[in-house]
Amino acid sequence: MDRRLIVEHIPRLRRYARALVGDRYVADDLVQDTLERAWNKFYLWRPGSDLRAWLFTIMHNVFVNQARRRRYEIEQAMDEPPAVAVRATQGEQLELQDVDRMLRSLPSEQREVVLLVAVEQLTYEQVSRALGIPIGTVMSRLSRARERMRQLLGGQPVTSLKVVK
Amino acid sequence: MKPLDEIDVHAYVDGGLSESAKAELDARLRADPEDAERVRAYTEQNALLRSLYNPVLDEPVPAALLAIHPRAWRRYAVAAGTFALGIGLGWLVRGEFVTQVVVPVSIARLAATAHAVYAPEVRHPVEVSAKEEDHLVGWLSKRLGTTLKAPKLAPLGYELVGGRLLSGPQGPVAQFMYQDARGQRLTLYVSRQRGEPRDTAFRFSQEDRVSVFYWVDGNYGYALSGEMKRDQLLQVAEVVYKQLNP
Repeated sequence: MDRRLIVEHIPRLRRYARALVGDRYVADDLVQDTLERAWNKFYLWRPGSDLRAWLFTIMHNVFVNQARRRRYEIEQAMDEPPAVAVRATQGEQLELQDVDRMLRSLPSEQREVVLLVAVEQLTYEQVSRALGIPIGTVMSRLSRARERMRQLLGGQPVTSLKVVK
Repeated sequence: MKPLDEIDVHAYVDGGLSESAKAELDARLRADPEDAERVRAYTEQNALLRSLYNPVLDEPVPAALLAIHPRAWRRYAVAAGTFALGIGLGWLVRGEFVTQVVVPVSIARLAATAHAVYAPEVRHPVEVSAKEEDHLVGWLSKRLGTTLKAPKLAPLGYELVGGRLLSGPQGPVAQFMYQDARGQRLTLYVSRQRGEPRDTAFRFSQEDRVSVFYWVDGNYGYALSGEMKRDQLLQVAEVVYKQLNP
């Protein structure tokens, strides 16, 4: 087993975890648990298949399990400002903070989908496999998440919300 | 004109459409300002989310994450140790205590913060000094509702300075402080944990300049903090762990 295979994915796992839970320390803890589980289950990974999607699947499972147990801690973490280095001018920065706030306001199952698509740039099919949900569910969550963020960002009233079957 | 396919709208935003499908949708959007605005907003969301979180990629990866090894390696190490050296028990104990379990990270942060607050204190580093060790241990044991022990670290060059009672999210917390001949200080943080009793792995966390090894044993969480390198602290942490779990 090649340790480097997994190690090179750590920065992206950290990015996704940070975006998902908001707090730097809670996020790295999520990454740590994901890596430990990945090591212990590495024999289940089929060489040649998408290792990154497989790691996201593990992180999703760890996250869902921990979210139950740690609801309190995560909610606390949500109250803190996002622990990311923001490279932006002041005007832009306000906007970035708004985006983060909106992201926090999404239900976590929508947040996962929108982040895997927008930030991690997985295909809808990869997202469907990583989260273990049908592609139609991926699309409806993505659609609802984007529409909600658009209304929050633009302050527009809810108009004819289009729902994907 | 048939209504716009919602899936196509998202695929357009995420770059998943073929050139021809993209051109077709472009034409549709020119005729429909409302959908065009939606596409613009979604595209902007993608860009904003990326610029918000991409900087994480440039951060150095914390050492604790790089230090995770496959458990299988540990098993081989345990087996080899048992076979070659014939001191099975020690290795099995070791194998036991590196087994991975989930621990809330917060104890490491709380312990590091408490360390950073009290360790530099010159005149009042502790509430009760080591001269009254029996009283100190008895008092903190009573407040935490368990029998505490202040580990003996003199063989490693660390003498007990004393201890204090702190408040934590789960109620009272005990902090023992140690110091070596050069004035280097270590603190042991003991707090009650919420939830079911459980035992966890030995874990490491780097909290700014403070290194922390932490673990959960039954209903109590332990964290040893010091401003020193991981390996140096690990030597002490192993001794502390062994003394508390004879």
